[in-house]
Amino acid sequence: MLNKSNNNARPVLLQVKDISKKFGDFYANDTVNLAIETGKVHALLGENGAGKSTLVKMMYGALQPTAGRVYWQGKPVSIASPAHARELGIGMVFQHFSLFEALTVAENISLALPQSLRQGDLSQRIANLSQDYGLPLNPDALVADLSVGERQRIEIVRCLLQQPKLLIMDEPTAVLTPQEAQGLFSTLRRLVKEGCAVLYISHRLEEVKQICHDATILRHGKLVAQVDPQVETAATLAQLMVGASVHQVSRDANGQMGDVLLSLSHLKQVASTPFGVDLVNVSLEVKSGEILAIAGVAGNGQSELFSVISGEECNPSQDYIALLGHVCDGLNINQRRRLGAAFVAEERMGHGAVEHLSLTENILLSRHACNDTESSLNLGWLGIDRHQLSQLNETISAEYDVRKSTQDATAGSLSGGNLQKFVVGRELNRKPQVLVINQPTWGVDAGAAALIRQAVIDLSRQGSAILIISQDLDEIFELADSIAVMSRGQLSSTYAAEDLSREQIGLMMAGSHEQTDRATGA
Amino acid sequence: MSAYEAIILTIITASTPLLLAAIGELVVERSGVLNLGIEGMMVMGAVTGFAASYVTGSPWLGVLAAVLAGVATSMLFGLLTQTLMTNQVATGLAITLLGLGLSGLIGSGFVGLPGVKLTSVSITGLTDLPYVGRLVFDQDPLVYLSVILTLGVAYILKHTRVGLIIRAVGQNHHSAHALGYRVVTVRYACIAFGGATSGLAGAYLSLVYTPQWIENMTAGRGWIALALVVFSTWLPARLAAGAYLFGGVWILGLYAQGMGIGIPAQLLSSLPYVATILALVIISTNRRLSVINTPASLGQGFVPDR
Repeated sequence: MLNKSNNNARPVLLQVKDISKKFGDFYANDTVNLAIETGKVHALLGENGAGKSTLVKMMYGALQPTAGRVYWQGKPVSIASPAHARELGIGMVFQHFSLFEALTVAENISLALPQSLRQGDLSQRIANLSQDYGLPLNPDALVADLSVGERQRIEIVRCLLQQPKLLIMDEPTAVLTPQEAQGLFSTLRRLVKEGCAVLYISHRLEEVKQICHDATILRHGKLVAQVDPQVETAATLAQLMVGASVHQVSRDANGQMGDVLLSLSHLKQVASTPFGVDLVNVSLEVKSGEILAIAGVAGNGQSELFSVISGEECNPSQDYIALLGHVCDGLNINQRRRLGAAFVAEERMGHGAVEHLSLTENILLSRHACNDTESSLNLGWLGIDRHQLSQLNETISAEYDVRKSTQDATAGSLSGGNLQKFVVGRELNRKPQVLVINQPTWGVDAGAAALIRQAVIDLSRQGSAILIISQDLDEIFELADSIAVMSRGQLSSTYAAEDLSREQIGLMMAGSHEQTDRATGA
Repeated sequence: MSAYEAIILTIITASTPLLLAAIGELVVERSGVLNLGIEGMMVMGAVTGFAASYVTGSPWLGVLAAVLAGVATSMLFGLLTQTLMTNQVATGLAITLLGLGLSGLIGSGFVGLPGVKLTSVSITGLTDLPYVGRLVFDQDPLVYLSVILTLGVAYILKHTRVGLIIRAVGQNHHSAHALGYRVVTVRYACIAFGGATSGLAGAYLSLVYTPQWIENMTAGRGWIALALVVFSTWLPARLAAGAYLFGGVWILGLYAQGMGIGIPAQLLSSLPYVATILALVIISTNRRLSVINTPASLGQGFVPDR
């Protein structure tokens, strides 16, 4: 239905010509050209590290280009600061919301508005505008109490209050349920109809095909193609992004599930921090050879669940969790590891790995107390078995294609995808019988994601029980044998993956499975 | 003057320097900076205030000099931590040590000299009111100033845009920067304000409390002010309550000692600390409120992305 408008040339709103940005010797953007027309949704595609964020930051005045020119409505401009960009009429919704948790919605919005727009009753205007665009918001609510979807609405409303001519959105659906995403799309369609232009950054190609009129694709900081997303297929777009065809994850049917290796029965846990989520009556079972995925929007209790299962929080007085037949509520992480479990936390830096330590030292940290290396890594009075550690490091790097500057680089020097491959590899190398992995491919490029997913599948086919917590539905359908959905600390029953549609999962993410109706008021 | 009036007056005198120093530090910490140099800035204010008033004969010039000395010391802290990105904790401790040493050097010629006392301001007509007249309307000007400052800080932080920006910078400096606020400038301004009130607190000691110069005359009051800020969960009203509670228990302990009550002196002199900590711990049991008011980027230097 959008095809018609594609061919109509509209006035160009923002144009960048031969723009480059150099960090040291590294070109984050190398002579990139881009033109955004009014009344269109323009997609900016690329893998992590392709230079999308750098390009957008230059358009929003947060970074200054090393070379090249920027034209706004045909006139050359130099966008000096975000405030200047907002004055021109450029609004931006960030991927990691730049919100202040301890301030109210109205205070957050007020901080981002110029003097002229702060007059009068801001709260009232926020309420009106958010109603008008179908983005309900309570101006006096504290941001800390809001869901991720609601937080995104704040950012959008705050941009809309300035009546932007260009709205830049950085991965806006990464944190939304499918239904919330559809709601966002209808808001975007309305904006475009009203003459606003949208620059839409995403790596979800189906979405791009659904709402975008033009697409610009970056790879390694260079422009590789400008295409019509209505004509291209998701596969051709992916190929342009990655520069080669993406490895397809293969998953043979799973005929042999064995005993239950990990089970939770009616687990209850009161949140330990004021902004945490209480876990309510969570039950699940993972069998040998099975991959169970827990879907859900981030912040609904997944991290709390992970820390209870991994033993970061242990409750010696309870008996909710059984690992390979042993009640393990009171065991710490290392004791659970020795039972045969492995854990991959969500934050790879700071949680999964220590930034300033080398890779071998990071291996030692999670494995010194495990009994699954050839001989103990910990030599008692004699210190540490460095030789075995560096062998392990080489094996993991080779097997999981970890690219690094030196053999034993510091964890902080690895890119996100490579570090994730390392952290996952470190745990999988143990051949654990139970693997619990939180957001396995969050913020990881397509190549690394495929490798990690394949490794997880291979492990399960060797008879391990695997629990995945993810908010990426594509990933879940690619990996899972069975699926459960988490919302507000409650877990749905488990369904076979082939029995569930995206829409059903979306409804459950929004809470349709919840048993008690817990009122949402502030 | 009745005994009760005398007690309350000494309580106010004992509490005011704490309140002055703490209200400044509260603003500094709300902007995300941890300045452990209060003691050093206070003692610099005390010695400079005494010296300037002794030389010129005017206590008001002394107050002005104390404020300037406090600001100057705080700007050294600002330069080191905000521009040169040194560690805030270590730098604050260094400022305290520097202040104690430097003030001893500056003040060596003034030890034992008679000081110039800042006189009280009586508000004509109102001082004759029964019970409260002398207490409320016959105080020295810095007491009034400390109350005005506390009310002002409370109002500005909660209800004005400047306060909103300060809280935003202290909450999340990266977001504030992304929105186009000048994080480092805001912090410099807050640090200067903290320096000014610490200087005032020092001047209060050497021009009102005991109008003379004694080495190390701040005697740990800077640290108490610092503790009050944290225990008050960064709220001005609680801070004032904490400061007066501390002063109150302290003075009552002295009176009790004077009357020869059979409690060991050491125990009595530890009472204000115990009482303040207990009271503020009870107040701050509302964890949610504490977490919300805690400046999330407290003590972290701000380095913008390239």
